[in-house]
Amino acid sequence: MTTEQAVRPDSAVTKDHAVSPASRAVEVLGGELTEQSLKRYLAGIPGVDAVGLHARAADLGSRSIKTTSKAWALDRIISLIDLTTLEGADTPGKVRSLVAKGLTPDAGDLSCPRVAAVCVYGDMVPAAVEALGVFHGENVEGGINVAAVATAFPSGRASLAVKLADTADAVAAGADEIDMVIDRGAFLSGRYGQVFDEIVAVKEACRRVDGSYAHLKVILETGELNTYDNVRRASWLAILAGGDFIKTSTGKVAPAATLPVTLLMLEVVRDWHRLTGEKIGVKPAGGIRTSKDAIKYLVTVAETAGEEWLQPHLFRFGASSLLNDVLLQRQKLASGHYSGADYVTID
Amino acid sequence: MSRLAVPKTYKLYIGGKFPRSESGRVYEILDASGGFLANAAQASRKDARDAVVAARNAVSGWSNATGYNRGQVLYRIAELLEGRRAQFIDEIVASEGVSPSVAGSQVDEAIDRWIWYAGWADKYTQVAGNANAVSGPYFNISVPEATGVVAIIAPQDSSLIGFVSAVAPALVAGNTVVVVASQRLPLSAISLAEVLATSDVPGGVVNILTGSPAEIAPWLASHADVNALDLVGASDLDWISLQIAAAETLMRVLPPESGPDAALPSLARITAFTETKTVWHTKSLI
Amino acid sequence: MSFLEYAPAPESTALLNLQSEYGLFINGEFVAGSDPTFSTISPATEKHIATIAQASSADVDAAVKAARTAYDTTWSRLSGRDRGKYLFRIARLVQERARELAVAESLDNGKPIKESRDVDVPLVAAWFFYYAGWADKLDHAGVGPNPRALGVAAQVIPWNFPLLMLAWKIAPALAAGNTVVLKPAETTPLTALLFAEIVQQAGLPAGVVNIVTGAGETGRALVNHPDVNKVAFTGSTSVGREIARSLAGTSKKLTLELGGKGANIVFDDAPIDQAIEGIVRGIFFNQGHVCCAGSRLLVQENIHDEVVERLKTRLGTLRVGDPLDKNTDVGAINSAEQLQRIRTLSDIGEAEGAERWSPACDLPENGFWFAPTIFTNVSTSSRIARDEIFGPVLSILSFRTPAEAIAKANNTPYGLSAGIWSDKGSKILAVADKLRAGVIWANTFNQFDPSSPFGGYKESGYGREGGKQGLAAYLAPAAFGSSPTALPVSTSSALEGADK
Repeated sequence: MTTEQAVRPDSAVTKDHAVSPASRAVEVLGGELTEQSLKRYLAGIPGVDAVGLHARAADLGSRSIKTTSKAWALDRIISLIDLTTLEGADTPGKVRSLVAKGLTPDAGDLSCPRVAAVCVYGDMVPAAVEALGVFHGENVEGGINVAAVATAFPSGRASLAVKLADTADAVAAGADEIDMVIDRGAFLSGRYGQVFDEIVAVKEACRRVDGSYAHLKVILETGELNTYDNVRRASWLAILAGGDFIKTSTGKVAPAATLPVTLLMLEVVRDWHRLTGEKIGVKPAGGIRTSKDAIKYLVTVAETAGEEWLQPHLFRFGASSLLNDVLLQRQKLASGHYSGADYVTID
Repeated sequence: MSRLAVPKTYKLYIGGKFPRSESGRVYEILDASGGFLANAAQASRKDARDAVVAARNAVSGWSNATGYNRGQVLYRIAELLEGRRAQFIDEIVASEGVSPSVAGSQVDEAIDRWIWYAGWADKYTQVAGNANAVSGPYFNISVPEATGVVAIIAPQDSSLIGFVSAVAPALVAGNTVVVVASQRLPLSAISLAEVLATSDVPGGVVNILTGSPAEIAPWLASHADVNALDLVGASDLDWISLQIAAAETLMRVLPPESGPDAALPSLARITAFTETKTVWHTKSLI
Repeated sequence: MSFLEYAPAPESTALLNLQSEYGLFINGEFVAGSDPTFSTISPATEKHIATIAQASSADVDAAVKAARTAYDTTWSRLSGRDRGKYLFRIARLVQERARELAVAESLDNGKPIKESRDVDVPLVAAWFFYYAGWADKLDHAGVGPNPRALGVAAQVIPWNFPLLMLAWKIAPALAAGNTVVLKPAETTPLTALLFAEIVQQAGLPAGVVNIVTGAGETGRALVNHPDVNKVAFTGSTSVGREIARSLAGTSKKLTLELGGKGANIVFDDAPIDQAIEGIVRGIFFNQGHVCCAGSRLLVQENIHDEVVERLKTRLGTLRVGDPLDKNTDVGAINSAEQLQRIRTLSDIGEAEGAERWSPACDLPENGFWFAPTIFTNVSTSSRIARDEIFGPVLSILSFRTPAEAIAKANNTPYGLSAGIWSDKGSKILAVADKLRAGVIWANTFNQFDPSSPFGGYKESGYGREGGKQGLAAYLAPAAFGSSPTALPVSTSSALEGADK
């Protein structure tokens, strides 16, 4: 075998490999799952015409959301936010501040909803869990989740063992959700099986001692995948491998979330639901800073996947500064006049 | 003792074949001094119908040939015309009563016009078509292409030049034609048919009817499977009625022209029988 | 509550400053018409908007005389450069009054404000900008050096894109140096009359643009007026046919943009989500009141059911209603008469055995409304597969091979538009080559641009609007004798005289 590889260096490409028998993939693809069967399946997914996709996104973005619809939308945006801090300079103090903001976004208006989760690096999970106290977790009344980025976020350039340890560590520390990154290098060089196996392995690493699983969000880093055809295939790949959410970006690469790429991913989850009846979540992250933009995403979700997707277990915004803009808009709606930056807190 | 001459039978040219008129009718072609020259077939409406069918069947092959190929096929006709120069001169001298040198210059001009048009086959799209700078991420190009079947009433006062000047431009873009030759001077047209039959022009691309334009033209003008009508030689007919009939199917119509300037060589005569097709395609890197 | 219901978001009509009564616009002034006035109404509410003058044949004659005088005394003597500057002025004024024009258009026509605001009016400005730049470059229009204007152009336009069709007609005509008399459609005269105000604001010499309102009789008087040199008509094939007949034997140059029954071909390798959008845009844009609408959907048989299912889901999100609501996707049918035609043909479709489907939608009580409708199980011989319905009604047919798709697409007396959806470039180009239609959209539909020629094959009319071709339609080659065409024509001089 080593001899053969030395003679034919491309044999690694032409030779087929078995991939992890993830249950969704087995059900949809059938038979023995292999690198080739996966590749063939992904190649059979219809292409994307970027111009048409952009036109549709622009059309959805031109909806005019007024009065009662706007009030509802602003509150809903808040409840869909993964309030995020992902800085090298993060400290437990910064995370405590973030958690406080997530729990009480507008100190002047206690009717303001709480965010869905706080999203932090793995080593900050204990600080977040501690700060949340009794409000930790979506199953608690008024509780919010802790999401942790993992798998050598944001580049993903580490061994699988390190990625799995990173994941298991965060879950053990109390993370409710894991935001993993896919290996874009492997994807772009056509090693779909490797990407697939890694997602399956990370999903397994999300398993808690009690047998339950932390939710797995799979970050595609669409800015690096570059083409919409790649994004669509990677979305299918992530879902087939067991992802609970597909997420656009780390926020560290431009372009991060865009309306067209989010629309495309929503079309994939809509199609997956059509195929299997199962609902997968979508999380645009990075670059969504204004209420106006966020409302366009709500419209896109409602008109593409359906209104039932506008719930925290099926749609999230990965954002930090968005929250304050929504609060300003909320105050404007309530008071009738424009508010100012000093009337919302910085976290 | 002189040899007894063998006179030629002048027939119609439809679908690459030389049928007699289905009506069985002929009419006398006279020389310039009124003497009997030959009998020509007097085409009926059914011959016109058959010619349109033949022309329609030939549209796909001829219009889908490359411009380069059509140009070569048309040029080949000029070569063959040149080889039969003497025959055309004789026929023109006999029917028009002009001197051999005048007839010769007519034949030369006809051949040269034919070559001029042959050269346009792979160029007219470049001159009459264009890439359009639309405001958006689209590739957008406009290209003229053949309109389909063109019915032509050939100039009536000319044996060869008028016929060539009306027929050649219609062929350039890939149209097929049904042409009603000069009633009085049809010999060159039929002899040209013999050239076409031995050239590389597919059967049905050119269909030639002799007889009465007044009788045949209304059937062509009202034929729903004719796309365009060139009335260049119809000034003595009730051409307004023909135009009215052609309006029923929104046929493209060129008006009559008369005098020596009729059907002068021009790009406009080529593009008159084309349709501009504009194709948009999305354009994106991602 | 349902978020998808979206609270009403009506565009304000406050910026509209309409007169209660509009006269004819002749020789730079509004004058009363000789025939009884008529009312233009909002098709969404059936409410009266304004009283409109009706031009008699004497009024039409006055308008043509004004245009002729303006042509002789001012417009034909103006340099191309200055004609261009007038057109640039008009383009700017259209942009400045864009919102007002959009609101007026939606009010009078019934089309959604988002279309009049984002498509119609921006294209109107673009059309004037594009042709403004041509006015001093006519040597390059493709009709040879020193081309001439034709003179007075008679222009008759339809009600589906009232202001846009006006721009398609007036911009190239003026750029080429013609003067015009334009008749807007009877049911949608409003924006043409606002345009007349713009003409005044631009300081255009009196008589260069004349607008006569009225019905079919007015149009007939205009196109048949002996002193017009050019007729441009957009509308139904039956009226186009009538005009072609009535112009037989005259030297009037004629351009006809007529009906269509466009095939929108979806192959099994199409970018499917964009194809669904393209189908929707193809037939429900402007309530399907579009001559180039993709009214015949040809779907490859192996994806037929999937496409229909996806399409139905998508149609469920279309919002039908108040044209002035910014979220409305499908507005009102333009007139009671058109509504009746759509109803009749749809009923015939059902009677002929096709399966009819519409999404659930509440239609307003007043006004003219028709829910977006699709028909499946449509046979090629069915009336709804052959007749132009000119409404939000889609007929769906299937095909098995590209050759069959092409044959079915071409199997119509019309030949205006077609769509092709596939990810395979080679196939798209080959199919586009074989379709007998003047405008072909590949992986898109219903796109328009002033630089892009538009017009049909066969019974969809002749001549092109837009682009260089649209300019040439208003030009004649240099006067005889000013270009070398003397006989005998040698091949080289024939080339010189190529534009006879």
